[in-house]
Amino acid sequence: MTIHSDSKGIKIENVGLRFGETEVLKGVNLNIEPGEFFAFLGPSGSGKSTLLRAIAGFGPNPSGRILIGDRDVTGLPPWQRNVGMVFQSYALWPHMTVRKNVAFGLEERKVPKKEVERRVEEALDLVGLSHLAERRPSELSGGQQQRIALARTVVVEPQVLLLDEPLSNLDANLRVQMRRDILQLQRKLGLTTIFVTHDQEEANTTSDRMAVLSDGVIQQIGRPMELYDNPKNRFVAGFLGSANIIDGEVRVDAKGPAFVSDKGLVLDFRPHAEGPGSLVFRPQNTFIRRSDSSTDNCLEFAGKVVYREFLGSLIRYGVEVAGHLLAVDEMHRIGLEHVGEGADVSLCVDLNQTVLVNA
Amino acid sequence: MTSATVTRKGLLRLPTFSATQWGPGLVAALVGMFLLVVLVLPVAKVVYVAFQDPSTGDLTIMNFVDFFNASLFRESFINSFYVSAMSVVFATLIALPLAYFTTRFNFGGAAIIQTLGVIPLIMPPFVGAVAMQLFFGENGSINLLLYDWFGFTIPFMEGLNGVILVQSVHFFPFILINLAASLQNIDRSMEEAALNLGSSGMRLFRRIVFPLGMPGYVAGASLVFLKVFDDLGTPLLLNINNMLAPQAYLRISSVGISDPIGYVISVILVVFSLFSLWVSFLALKGKDYATTQKGGGGLLKRDLKKWERIGCYGVILLILGFVMAPHLALFILSIASVWSFSPLPDGYTLDHYAEVFQSAGGYISNTLLYAGLAGLIDIVLGTAIAYIVWRTGIWGRKALDFLAMGAVAIPGVVLGIGYLRSFYEVEVPFSEVPLASVWGVIVIALAVRRLPYALRACVAALAQVSISLEEAAESLGANKSRTIRKIVVPLMTGGILAGFVTSFATAAVELSATIMLVSTESDAPLAYGIYLFMQSAAGRGPGAALGIIAVLIVGLGTYASHKIIERTKRDRAVDQQS
Ligand SMILES: Nc1ncnc2c1ncn2[C@@H]1O[C@H](COP(=O)(O)OP(=O)(O)O)[C@@H](O)[C@H]1O
Ligand SMILES: [Mg+2]
Repeated sequence: MTIHSDSKGIKIENVGLRFGETEVLKGVNLNIEPGEFFAFLGPSGSGKSTLLRAIAGFGPNPSGRILIGDRDVTGLPPWQRNVGMVFQSYALWPHMTVRKNVAFGLEERKVPKKEVERRVEEALDLVGLSHLAERRPSELSGGQQQRIALARTVVVEPQVLLLDEPLSNLDANLRVQMRRDILQLQRKLGLTTIFVTHDQEEANTTSDRMAVLSDGVIQQIGRPMELYDNPKNRFVAGFLGSANIIDGEVRVDAKGPAFVSDKGLVLDFRPHAEGPGSLVFRPQNTFIRRSDSSTDNCLEFAGKVVYREFLGSLIRYGVEVAGHLLAVDEMHRIGLEHVGEGADVSLCVDLNQTVLVNA
Repeated sequence: MTSATVTRKGLLRLPTFSATQWGPGLVAALVGMFLLVVLVLPVAKVVYVAFQDPSTGDLTIMNFVDFFNASLFRESFINSFYVSAMSVVFATLIALPLAYFTTRFNFGGAAIIQTLGVIPLIMPPFVGAVAMQLFFGENGSINLLLYDWFGFTIPFMEGLNGVILVQSVHFFPFILINLAASLQNIDRSMEEAALNLGSSGMRLFRRIVFPLGMPGYVAGASLVFLKVFDDLGTPLLLNINNMLAPQAYLRISSVGISDPIGYVISVILVVFSLFSLWVSFLALKGKDYATTQKGGGGLLKRDLKKWERIGCYGVILLILGFVMAPHLALFILSIASVWSFSPLPDGYTLDHYAEVFQSAGGYISNTLLYAGLAGLIDIVLGTAIAYIVWRTGIWGRKALDFLAMGAVAIPGVVLGIGYLRSFYEVEVPFSEVPLASVWGVIVIALAVRRLPYALRACVAALAQVSISLEEAAESLGANKSRTIRKIVVPLMTGGILAGFVTSFATAAVELSATIMLVSTESDAPLAYGIYLFMQSAAGRGPGAALGIIAVLIVGLGTYASHKIIERTKRDRAVDQQS
């Protein structure tokens, strides 16, 4: 299998798309670097598949431009784009053997027979399934089908690789294994790859960068940890991991600016912004104050414990603070003293761990 | 076929039957005995006699040798084969574009096509056969017009062509339904994956769509072959005698029930039926190509350009013309005073209907009685078998299912001959009337012929009744038979009723077994009446009127069954929500 030294980037310029009356993608701009592993992350129905399919040439014609490398592919039919796509359902053809499935794209490209044989063999080797070449897809497990679908796509040496929720039909253990394998394959081939998922763990663990989508709009683009630590808006904050979000606004009075929540809670810190916004902090950065804990740089809340859940590695407390329900996670260890339901507690969040985002 | 296998999968569930419950066991035994007497033994008898020397009674294959030595029989054999194969070809030509249009394009004509798929089935082919001659025959409307305008004629109805035309116009829905189902099951990602890998247009069709649709097509085509090969009524009414089924009938009815040729032909018919079913089974086996699945995108349909749309409608209208022709011709014939050597009748009259209601009332009432009883027997047997096979662990239950479904492979002629031979020597107690000539035997024959279809309806209905509903009743203290009576059967009612109506409607126009078993005209049903009327030129008008009545009965039945199924579905949907 050829290693791509000349990977192509993908440029998406102001792409919009509608199904009849409904606007599904709105003003999408995106610049994916050559050789990058890029994830589209977002809830179901946010337009991830639609965007991916637009790159492959499926679905209604989008407005705007899509470039692969320097080539403008907007308006080209799918079979002229040389974009490799792996379908969520794998879409292996049941009437062909594994070998026939993998050979298909090469045959369509009129590659000489000898070379087809060699490259199919290489591709099957690459995914470690040469021994299953004569089987039918129905005789393979989900994970094997997934690998064959990958082999079928990469064997034609596409310029970019598009994966639409490739792991969603696998069971949990296999999913973890498979995502590592996919990443390894991508690194080996150096293929520019877009990976669509609604599972943030998948996106976090695999991607160099990712785009969070909601309602057909890209909410934020960046490295996974960047997005987690510095969400740009309320949606991204809430979508990535668990978050305590207190909606409110920054009011400026005689003493200077202060954050006042929509339930009237006034928080004692000096925000730099102004107007409506939300204060975001993570449950694992929120502490129930025990007698010995320090109070440096601490944003304090007084509240009452309304529930306690044992999650295995964590104990999660729900604490009601002036009408806001906040989550607090404590690492579980043997002998840890628990706070009971109904107890009055004082919470502390390090101010450095809070973010003020746009509503 | 497809739908039956699908429901079966959904039904897989461990039997909850325990050995202490002897009720279902007893029922199973009775049903098994019944099928043995009315299906297995008569057919076995036919096969046995085919291999028996008529004078000595020794086993021999001489009858078959005689059969193939006679040029008439060889010709009949070849003709039957030719007609069946050609009917498959023409039925394919009709069904293929229709199936393709509905499943691959966003196309307003889909409703017309669906209707097209049902219209032929509400009229048995033999009923329209004679009327078709008035449209397409040598001196029929079309050829008269063609000759006037262009100076040539087309031998649509000449000899075997007539049988082929009538049969393909009647049976193409089998291919349409199966093929459309196959195409419908191809997920769009199957095609998109190919597009993505550089394939398009005809290559894509040839390499992906066509092979995926193939199993459905073969299943439908082999059914058409079977039906045409077995059919007696159509060739008989078109006066084509040099085919297998008519030969069997003629030998038995003119030479007598001891003539071995009728039995030899029966064996050949059964062998070919089994062969067709086997082909259909092979086509579908292990090829559950239903590829619509989670994460798939449904069907890939595309919009039509304007001229493509016009082309589609053109093809559909042409097919519609052929499909409606038998019905239209039959109707015109039924109200025509004189109709010959002219594109349309010279005048119109209602006399034929008057005559039919005066003189042929017996046919109608006989039909209602026979078909009603047959339908009743079918749903009782169907419900019992469905329950025994899918909800109990009774030994031999699969065999019971196999037996009941096996009736599909037995042509009406063969069943008729089997009954004549088996029940002729048996006399009705306290009289000297042979059992075979009692009208009840007709009812039994109709019931056996329709049982596979009724059984399928009952199985589908049972599949709708979740086993947990039964278990709930049992855990609340109802025993097996009370549970079946109070929970299972009431919930199956819609499906059972639909099964009854279908059995009734199709039994009402059955000819091939009936024609062998009718012993006096006063016992004859509609189908036989139509056959008698159509024998003479003067009888054609009333025959057609009777045919229209038959079409009405079948049409209303089909409509009712459709409505019942829809309604049951809707009620279920409401249940689920509340
Ligand atoms: N073929 C279609 N016709 C109409 N609407 C569609 C079609 N496909 C997708 N949509 C709509 O577009 C939106 C985005 O869909 P999709 O891209 O599949 O979301 P995702 O992959 O993020 O779950 C959804 O609201 C969906 O209902
Ligand atoms: Mg999707």
